Amino acid sequence: MGREVSESCVDSVLTEMVSSYCNGFYANKPELAARRIEAIGYQVGHQLSERYTMERPRFSDHLEAIKFICKDFWSELFKKQIDNLKTNHRGTFVLQDNKFRWISHMSIDPSSENGSTVEDNSVPAGESKAAQATSMHLYFPCGIIRGALSNLGIPCAGFCRYI
Amino acid sequence: MAPVGPRSGDAIFANVERVNAELFTLTYGAIVRQLLTDLEEVEEVNKQLDQMGYNIGIRLIDEFLAKSNVSRCVDFKETAEVIAKVGFKMFLGVTASVTNWDADGTCCSIVLEDNPLVDFVELPDTCQGLYYCNILSGVIRGALEMVSMKTEVTWAKDMLRGDDVFELQVKLLKQVPEEYPYKDDE
Repeated sequence: MGREVSESCVDSVLTEMVSSYCNGFYANKPELAARRIEAIGYQVGHQLSERYTMERPRFSDHLEAIKFICKDFWSELFKKQIDNLKTNHRGTFVLQDNKFRWISHMSIDPSSENGSTVEDNSVPAGESKAAQATSMHLYFPCGIIRGALSNLGIPCAGFCRYI
Repeated sequence: MAPVGPRSGDAIFANVERVNAELFTLTYGAIVRQLLTDLEEVEEVNKQLDQMGYNIGIRLIDEFLAKSNVSRCVDFKETAEVIAKVGFKMFLGVTASVTNWDADGTCCSIVLEDNPLVDFVELPDTCQGLYYCNILSGVIRGALEMVSMKTEVTWAKDMLRGDDVFELQVKLLKQVPEEYPYKDDE
């Protein structure tokens, strides 16, 4: 493993970043805040995938690239692989991480609702603040994946959900 | 059981959860870049980084005190040493040194030769005046405020601006005695 820093450095910086954009710059515009956070993630993902694929040949197909993200890339970032990968073989992939480090340390008010299992992207009217805070944090890793894949030649759109 | 003494920076760092520093470096870099795009003015970005650092520092001090087991520092000199040897080590994995003490013992320089924040970083000409690592000055200021020390933290040297090291000047302004929230006669 190369140089390391304590995990709390990354946690602190990410928390402050989300807080600055959500409560500061775009206080009442969660959409804009989300886009900024995702953009930051995009850049990180792009640069990281550049570094981690420098010595490899190009990926033969989309599935190979996604597998790289799930295994090598995720391990470099989170010291574990993606737990589950599903696909409909028509361009949609679902990556599942059962113990995502960055939100495993977040506590949620037990009186709030559990994450929804609604399929579409629209936010249900009564979404709790806690769920919203969690999803804001998830825009960053979402951006990382999108950035990494775009550097591998795969433009994509995606979203992250806490279930 | 004998009381446990303060732990060395190396020992703590070996025991905390650690992550790939590249992720940290690139994340911080992307945040600074995005702030430059959104805030446009370099001075505004400096201020924002300092504020973010302050917000981090006021919380990080708890983790520091919990993990390092340091007892109350006798004086500001000890405080500065602890920041340089234990604080920097347990979070950033690097050690700093303390120099340039003034006659009163209230102002010193914390010198960092190795800084993970700036790996692979170069400042373009358009960023004149940017204190890229300003988050660090905020962290120190915030953390010290939580232990009753009001300080002023400024950059004396910055490797990204051509200097040979990073040098933070830390000046103790006021030692505020701990206040109890309830006054006896109210």
